[in-house]
Amino acid sequence: MADTSSARAQILGGIRKALGSAEGSDEARKRLAVHPRNLVPARAQLPQDQQVDLFVAMATEVAATVERLPALGDVPRAVAEYLAGLNLPAEIRVAPDAALDAIPWNERPTLTVSKGRARDSDGASVTGAFAGVAETGSLMLLSGAERPTTLNFLPDTHIVVLTRSQVVGTMEDAWDRLRGLGVAGTMPRTVNFITGPSRTGDIEMRIELGAHGPRRLHILLVED
Amino acid sequence: MQPTTHAFPENARKALSDERLQKVLAIAPAGFVNRRKQAADRLPEFEALRDQGRDLKNHVLANLDTYLEAFEAKVTGQGGHVHWCRTDQEARDAILGICRAANAKTVTKGKSMVSEEIGINDYLEANGLTPIETDLGEYIIQLRHEPPSHIIAPAFHLSKKDVEGTFRQAHTDLPPDRVLDDPKVLIAEARTVLRRKFQQADVGITGANLMIAETGSTVIVTNEGNGDLTQILPRVHVVIASIEKIVPTLEDAALVLRLLARSATGQEASAYTTFSTGPRRPGDLDGPEEFHVVLLDNGRSALLGTEFQEVLRCIRCGACMNHCPVYGAVGGHAYGWVYPGPIGSVMQPALLGVKEAGHLPNASTFCGRCEAVCPMRIPLPKMMRHWREKEFEQGLQPAAMRKGLGLWAWFARRPALYHAATRMAVRALGALGRGKGRFAKLPLAQGWTQYRDMPAPEGKTFQQMWAEKKGKR
Repeated sequence: MADTSSARAQILGGIRKALGSAEGSDEARKRLAVHPRNLVPARAQLPQDQQVDLFVAMATEVAATVERLPALGDVPRAVAEYLAGLNLPAEIRVAPDAALDAIPWNERPTLTVSKGRARDSDGASVTGAFAGVAETGSLMLLSGAERPTTLNFLPDTHIVVLTRSQVVGTMEDAWDRLRGLGVAGTMPRTVNFITGPSRTGDIEMRIELGAHGPRRLHILLVED
Repeated sequence: MQPTTHAFPENARKALSDERLQKVLAIAPAGFVNRRKQAADRLPEFEALRDQGRDLKNHVLANLDTYLEAFEAKVTGQGGHVHWCRTDQEARDAILGICRAANAKTVTKGKSMVSEEIGINDYLEANGLTPIETDLGEYIIQLRHEPPSHIIAPAFHLSKKDVEGTFRQAHTDLPPDRVLDDPKVLIAEARTVLRRKFQQADVGITGANLMIAETGSTVIVTNEGNGDLTQILPRVHVVIASIEKIVPTLEDAALVLRLLARSATGQEASAYTTFSTGPRRPGDLDGPEEFHVVLLDNGRSALLGTEFQEVLRCIRCGACMNHCPVYGAVGGHAYGWVYPGPIGSVMQPALLGVKEAGHLPNASTFCGRCEAVCPMRIPLPKMMRHWREKEFEQGLQPAAMRKGLGLWAWFARRPALYHAATRMAVRALGALGRGKGRFAKLPLAQGWTQYRDMPAPEGKTFQQMWAEKKGKR
């Protein structure tokens, strides 16, 4: 790999000369350590049950679909019926995520279930989520050994299992939750905020769904 | 890409007589304007967020070295690589070096204006690689060998008919009698074709809307999901980003993101906002094995401490061009290089020099709409005025204009004489133009009257009225 250290020295040197200081500022170092919040809009600063309603409303607005379920045990039925309702094959690729282990897939033998990262042939995926952000109706998904990112993008249909307690108000709240995990809360390779299915407006400014990512985003919002 | 910015007057004339382009420009910018307004109106805190965005980026620029070093340490600490590049050539070489080391043949690309700035596609092609743009708009214009005409909607200038023609020419392995009359069908075709490319790619290049010093993350914001497939499928992920894209923390990223989507497309949030941090972790089933950040300066650090420093607050949302009457009349290609619209009129002289790009800051009505909508409150008209001053200082304007300005300055420094002369001129012009009320031609002002009439002055001069008004108070 080419050595870019002289470029580095020259760029940083130029910046320091223009700023008139080579020390770096305590203010900046403090900001990195304390990561203060900026102005956070009032919209999502609500009691949690209202945040859940806001999340559903915002996600629906961006063409995601949301179904509320009483328990994880209802997920197999809901998935099967959702796919059948769209005339899609009853085959799903599921994230090998421990959080989804409690889902009794075997109660629905007509549903073909396999686990792993997405392959090109997979039509539908089922993943968990780390959080739902009420302010924008966004899902926050973290990559990891149990959570391959390809499941979020390759299949035509992405089904996400989100529990009620995972809904937070804002992106800032979600970052706090991630940091709250300690070492486990260091940034994973990929953090996806997903707000509705894939779309494009690149031809004559008309919004069409399903550009490169999923054409459908279905959220199963489960009570817990 | 060889700039044609010096030819702006000819480019603009061509654009104005291009009926096809004029049809597109008559409709498209209004859509962006309306959507932005609705999104801004819906968020009561929007104006206050703009103030904070401005203050945040000012703070970043005042501490740029600290944040860049913190970012680098985090990237490296997580197994990534940072390549510092002073110039476009250094950045091209860094990327080619990464591709060569990876034995790459096919390179997929997410949308990135900095990659246009360094002209990476032509360079990779000239060196035997196959770069493939995957953003739908970028893909279309790559097939047509055209530059983007808008920073967030690269194929802004094209109709679906144009796209149909382009796809028929490019996708020759598909049945020639297929129907392609609907954007839906065109999008589906591009999706199928590009899926194969995503799978073939050895290296994926994306830009970065943000870099985060606290975590060493880079952030992209897309609606299609192409930027994600570009970075999670190939073995190597390269991020090309310019130094001013850095923000301190995840909280600061949240602030900028609230401003970005609303200002760009009028969305509450783009479909995909993705934070990428280092290569894949042990045990991960997918994601890139290598993570490289190519950090480009290319003249930006030289703007620090100058009257142009504030332009480095730009987050590339495109709102300024969507609201610009000049962009709305001539479109993006007339600007002759990568950045069109008001931001281009300030950035291009900085990156290309006043000699090449001096026309752009002159092609402004100074209506101020760009500054009024800029999420980072960049005083774009003021900076265009500064570029005009530079142009004058460097003696780049035509002799007649310099002489005229010199003459005017001579009068302006002698107020009594100036007032007397303007009073006389106004009276004379008023008398001459009394019949029609306007002039179709005026000596010394043909350039102006060629395109519009000059109204005949009526009544008194401004200075006279001002004096009377003051007298009354």
